[in-house]
Amino acid sequence: MTEPHDPRGNLVRPYAVTRGRTEPIRDIPIEAVLVATPAAVQEARFAGHDKYRIAVLCEPKAQSLAELAALTRLPLGVARVLVADMVADSLLTLHSAAPRKGFTERMDLLGRVLSGLRKL
Amino acid sequence: MDYASSERAGAPPSEIISAKIVIAGGFGVGKTTMVGAVSEIEPLTTEAVMTSAGAGIDDASKVPEKGTTTVAMDFGRITMAEDLILYLFGTPGQTRFWFMWDELIRGAVGAAVLVDTRRLTDAFAPLDYFENRHLPYLVAVNCFDEAPRYEPEEVREALAIPARVPLIMCDARHRESVKAVLIGVVEHAMATLVAEHEQGVGVG
Repeated sequence: MTEPHDPRGNLVRPYAVTRGRTEPIRDIPIEAVLVATPAAVQEARFAGHDKYRIAVLCEPKAQSLAELAALTRLPLGVARVLVADMVADSLLTLHSAAPRKGFTERMDLLGRVLSGLRKL
Repeated sequence: MDYASSERAGAPPSEIISAKIVIAGGFGVGKTTMVGAVSEIEPLTTEAVMTSAGAGIDDASKVPEKGTTTVAMDFGRITMAEDLILYLFGTPGQTRFWFMWDELIRGAVGAAVLVDTRRLTDAFAPLDYFENRHLPYLVAVNCFDEAPRYEPEEVREALAIPARVPLIMCDARHRESVKAVLIGVVEHAMATLVAEHEQGVGVG
């Protein structure tokens, strides 16, 4: 027996699941984390198979865009389009990536990362 | 009645900040091993697809076939607090995928360029890349068992690594060693930020 071929694994037409859209409606950093809103799993049942899987993954814990792409086996760009749609539809809450501006904010974050690493 | 029943146990904090450190280096240098040594999850792989829509990328001519090509990146995760997650991203092994490196380093805390002394020349392209980017980085020499042993200064000289770039000897398989590399990256990032702040340089 061979496993049924998953058309999403065929990278010839990677953007078929986004109906050909390659640009997300907003940019999302690869490490930005997403959390499902309370009704997300219920509502995502009607949003298509891939969005439903993403909602289920983001329900128990915050997941980055990179994790969502890896766990759903969707190419990064495809996952980004879907996730951006889901943020716009209030299915997912987008959390911030690290602050890129402001000396104090950046130093605070670096200090927290440093102490986190030392405690590992 | 349980008044909290409508709330999920351990509801997520209002803002979760994620930071990332990039582990760069040539193919087979131990990037995924390094990520796996400290990650709380088995390293995951995410794939980016470069389509003909990426034709503006100057390296597209070097991509073997027209149409699409896939770039794989391995990464891991360290949940440091309820509201702070650190991600470690390994760069794609093939350095021709610079466009993906650009995306990976965007917003990163810093980077470690992993070097294998058996194939020193593989380190030139990654080192050149970071020399031309505004991101703090250090060089981590992965001491493979069968690799020739060099003094850190010998490696620095062979690779023409500037004095301001820290160089650490490490073992990518060992958690404590990898921790030391990551701590080195963050300390270097802090020192760089402080130096720039004192010079009044606008930091983008």
